[in-house]
Amino acid sequence: MCACRCGIKVHLKDGTLRYIEGNRDHPVNRGVICGKGSAGIMQQYSPARLQKPLLRVGPRGAGEFKEIEWDEALALATEWLNAVRAKDPRQLAFFTGRDQSQALTSWWAKQFGTPNYAAHGGFCSVNMAAAGMYTIGSAFWEFSEPDWANTEYFMMFGVAEDHGSNPIKIGLGKLKARGVKFVSVNPVQTGYSAIADEWVGITPGTDGLFVLALVHELLRHGWVDVDYLLRYSNAAWLVIDDPGGAEDGLIARDAQGRPLTWDRKLKEAVHAPGGAGHPALKGEYRLADGRKARPVFHLLAERYLGDAYAPAQVAEATGIEAGSIERIASELAAAAFERSIELDVPWTDAWGNHHDKMVGRPVSMHAMRGISAHANGFQTCRAIHLLQLLLGSIDVPGGLRYAPPYPKPLDALPVPSGRAEHVAPNQPLAGAHLGYPRGPEDLLVDEQGAPARIDGAYSWEAPLAAHGMMHTVIANAWRGDPYPIDVLFMYMANMAWNSAMNTAGTIDMLTDRDAATGEYRIPKIIYSDAFASETVAYADLVLPDTTYLERWDAMSLLDRPISDADGPADAIRQPVVAPDRDVRPFQDVLLDLGARLGLPGMVTDAGEAAYPGGYADYIVNHERAPGVGTLAGWRGANGDAVGKGAPNEHQLRRYIDNGCFWREELPENCRYYRHSNADYLNYAVERGFLPAADPVVMQLYAEPLQRFRLAARGVGEVLPPQQYRERVERYFDPLPFWYATADTTSEADEYPLHALTQRPMAMYHSWGGHNAWLRQIHGDNKLYLPRTVAAAHGLAEGDWVWAVSRHGRIKVQVRPMAGVNSHTIWTWNAIGKRRGAWNLDKDSSEGMKGFLLNHLIEDLKPPSQGGLSNSDPITGQAAWFDLRVRLEPVEAGETHRVEPHFRALQTPAGIAPAPSVSRFGGDQ
Amino acid sequence: MTQLPAKPAPVKLGLVIDLDTCVGCHACAVSCKEWNTGGWVAPLSDQNPYGPNQSGTWLNRVHSYEWSGDDDSASRTVHFPRSCLHCEDAPCVTVCPTGASFKRGEDGIVLVDEDKCIGCGLCAWACPYGAREMDLDQGVMKKCTLCVDRIYNEELAEHERVPACVAACPTSARHFGDLGDPESAVSKLVAERGGADLMPEQGCKPTNKYLPPRSRKAAAPRMGAAAASTSTSVGFLGWLDQLLSD
Repeated sequence: MCACRCGIKVHLKDGTLRYIEGNRDHPVNRGVICGKGSAGIMQQYSPARLQKPLLRVGPRGAGEFKEIEWDEALALATEWLNAVRAKDPRQLAFFTGRDQSQALTSWWAKQFGTPNYAAHGGFCSVNMAAAGMYTIGSAFWEFSEPDWANTEYFMMFGVAEDHGSNPIKIGLGKLKARGVKFVSVNPVQTGYSAIADEWVGITPGTDGLFVLALVHELLRHGWVDVDYLLRYSNAAWLVIDDPGGAEDGLIARDAQGRPLTWDRKLKEAVHAPGGAGHPALKGEYRLADGRKARPVFHLLAERYLGDAYAPAQVAEATGIEAGSIERIASELAAAAFERSIELDVPWTDAWGNHHDKMVGRPVSMHAMRGISAHANGFQTCRAIHLLQLLLGSIDVPGGLRYAPPYPKPLDALPVPSGRAEHVAPNQPLAGAHLGYPRGPEDLLVDEQGAPARIDGAYSWEAPLAAHGMMHTVIANAWRGDPYPIDVLFMYMANMAWNSAMNTAGTIDMLTDRDAATGEYRIPKIIYSDAFASETVAYADLVLPDTTYLERWDAMSLLDRPISDADGPADAIRQPVVAPDRDVRPFQDVLLDLGARLGLPGMVTDAGEAAYPGGYADYIVNHERAPGVGTLAGWRGANGDAVGKGAPNEHQLRRYIDNGCFWREELPENCRYYRHSNADYLNYAVERGFLPAADPVVMQLYAEPLQRFRLAARGVGEVLPPQQYRERVERYFDPLPFWYATADTTSEADEYPLHALTQRPMAMYHSWGGHNAWLRQIHGDNKLYLPRTVAAAHGLAEGDWVWAVSRHGRIKVQVRPMAGVNSHTIWTWNAIGKRRGAWNLDKDSSEGMKGFLLNHLIEDLKPPSQGGLSNSDPITGQAAWFDLRVRLEPVEAGETHRVEPHFRALQTPAGIAPAPSVSRFGGDQ
Repeated sequence: MTQLPAKPAPVKLGLVIDLDTCVGCHACAVSCKEWNTGGWVAPLSDQNPYGPNQSGTWLNRVHSYEWSGDDDSASRTVHFPRSCLHCEDAPCVTVCPTGASFKRGEDGIVLVDEDKCIGCGLCAWACPYGAREMDLDQGVMKKCTLCVDRIYNEELAEHERVPACVAACPTSARHFGDLGDPESAVSKLVAERGGADLMPEQGCKPTNKYLPPRSRKAAAPRMGAAAASTSTSVGFLGWLDQLLSD
């Protein structure tokens, strides 16, 4: 149902849903359930469910479809896709939204052979994932969790109702019960921030400045876990200082390529991992070849001790008083160092040293969208990890804990495939679509430096776009940049509405025709969804999906894990009700299409479908590598193998008998210090999580970034085109830094307010805000603004106002409030719906009063700022929250309705009118 | 008019709701709606569920309030779940002309016998907490039953015999138990946290208690003065030298 992926127990009465409750044993939610989880009943019986495959018969966007049989629908899709695959597989762009089957969808796209595949991470949280992977070998959200049981101080940055929302709520409940201080850094004081002991109402986009001021304070006072840094990070690695040289800023290495540190006793550069010997953390040294080098920590201390990050210096920009920053730094240090904890658990580090105890720095942090959705999010997230590392609080008792199969070193992660040499007609793509480039040679660009992918991911515009860039696909496909495509295939991605920047423009692109030929600029659109969402109206062929209660699903370790810190876990969902209409699970359909297309692995040698039993068949029998499949539990012929083992025909039964999940509790000595914990690392190799038991060294200094920088200076084979050089030089700083993402001062004057959205807790990450119960809670949205701003504009509750960005204008109703940063306005996201969509009445509140902020958000920066996509320059993460606006009064006599006002969509064929009364659960 | 039990119930089942921990996620409200629309009070109808002016019958609703004095910087948001408080002196019972509204002698739960309810709405007028909901489709009054069809339901595992809202609550902000027993976990929680009656001046003696938001401890322990000396004497890198001078 959503990215939280809780375990649920569904109760039926006479074949109808009676109620849904949390599964008490499930590792994600431990029996609790959120509002949307309980409202799953209304999702299941929604009158907006698609009924049968649809073929467009009117112009795109008119909503005129005819119902067709599955055979016809699949034959048509096969015909379109076969033609593309035989000619140029790149002409298929396959992008999925909020599904949980990326292990399948990515494999399908790879076997098809198109490089143009990704899921929705590029517009969600790739900054968090990439910053984490390049720094701590893991990341916030599914890949880690705060040590709720032991932490003594918890800081949360930019979290509304984020991924893993029930785990976060459970965790906050535990902190409250123990009286642990909880600090929420967020421009808006709602939800979690409302119960925080301290709310830091920061100015949007300045979190990095605040965090680095905390770093400044820690360094200034010496509140740093030097021992932790020496052992587990690259603090002592020597950085070559050779301006103009080909290796300037890279790590000094020995002949075997191993990093060097300076030994203070031996007075020479040595390879001494794990803090062995007497490593220097400061000073300037001569390498054997005569070049100068300085330890990472020296560079780090110099940068952050500088005045630019002094609390007094950042107070105005962040909106946080210098005294508060100094106090919070002191509180963090006191929790880490004066309340450090020791667990009597002996363990052995990766260098063979035995430790009697596990020492903990009980400070933990969590961060998400509010950090991620800014164009400085990668560096800001790196800064948060830096802060955690200085406190010695990554995977220690009380700190941020890894969730297996993480941590992983960069070397264990794939590099992306998708360059011309990786693509050929009727051939699979040479490697994985998405990965983590080590340097410019891993980019997906041609010899001129132009992107190889339709979304521009891994090009010089977004070199570390580890989740792809779904938000650029439609505009690029429309422009034919870098090449035209023939088929756009999307799943559960509302790109014609709330998932698009520049929504109105995106709608125009979807319907735009080539003037010469009269054909649509994006020739064919296939879309799969369970409901009559806005995007359905823009598809040529609609493949109706089931609901989440009508199909098999797998929450795989190969995808985004559901593990907790104490053990790896994965899960399934089994169908509990049969569809009462002519719809099919998208995953079954994908495998069916794969078989019809003859994709390798999806057909047998005899040309038959390899998985005739559909997705359930695939879940059990597909092997990604020998013995490695979708699920880790009960593998092997007898079901006694874990992680690796032959397929087990009874595997799903075993999962069902165990509450639909598998989890393996780690032994006590494998629960912390896992970046360097020998027993854990060996376990991870055994389970197939890691290729080798090498420690994961924390990267305070991210050397791969410097490789891009050197390319910008003309070093190497793969060089950025001239127009990207200054950009790459500026942003690819191997040490975290803060930069303003808002525009020049004059533009800031013109658009003085930051504008944000958040998803309400009862609807977070859910598909279908039209839910009969949830829309009684959130049926429209207002523009929330500080009382001071309301007063300055003479606005009171319910008044209408124009909010204007340099991209667009919306007319909306306001609600003044106190608990919001004084330069910030905000609203709930995705409450506003296109009139007529989702089988809601055309006069429903979602269409008449609800609105999207998306209309104000540009997909492209203006030409004066380079004209590139509105994204982080490192990862391509969509910069939703860099929006700036001003308010303009509504003229007397203007109608009171939201603007822009769109023509109502027609309800697709086969969908009956929605009822006027619901008596669900009654006797009738 | 309807009589309350002659003697106050020895067992007073009710809820303790922690306003310091509630994040306003509506999990309790929806879980309540879900359980009860198929339960003892089934159905809880919805009007215009897919149209304008959507509304429905809910036995538990969460309201969010912003509180601040003159100074916005001290503002707070409080999430306030609202349902029947199962009052000892329940005016909704005594006002009922048919005996439909009643308070149970054995556990203090206030219920509506729908067969006797004529939908006159007097009880809703009498309740100072706005905790009763007229089901517009069924024409009878609905209210929180404390999930009377769960808490005594022997078909459920023992840990599941709690109201749906309590089972669902992700932050454990909701607690269920016997507030008539001073030794019960809920009574102890109320004593420890200063749990309070809502609007005591109304004289209804509500059973449910609310735990007030705790004062925000803006300051946590800081580093001792001795630890803060490095900046002045030798500077940070000098401090580092001393630290590593073995």
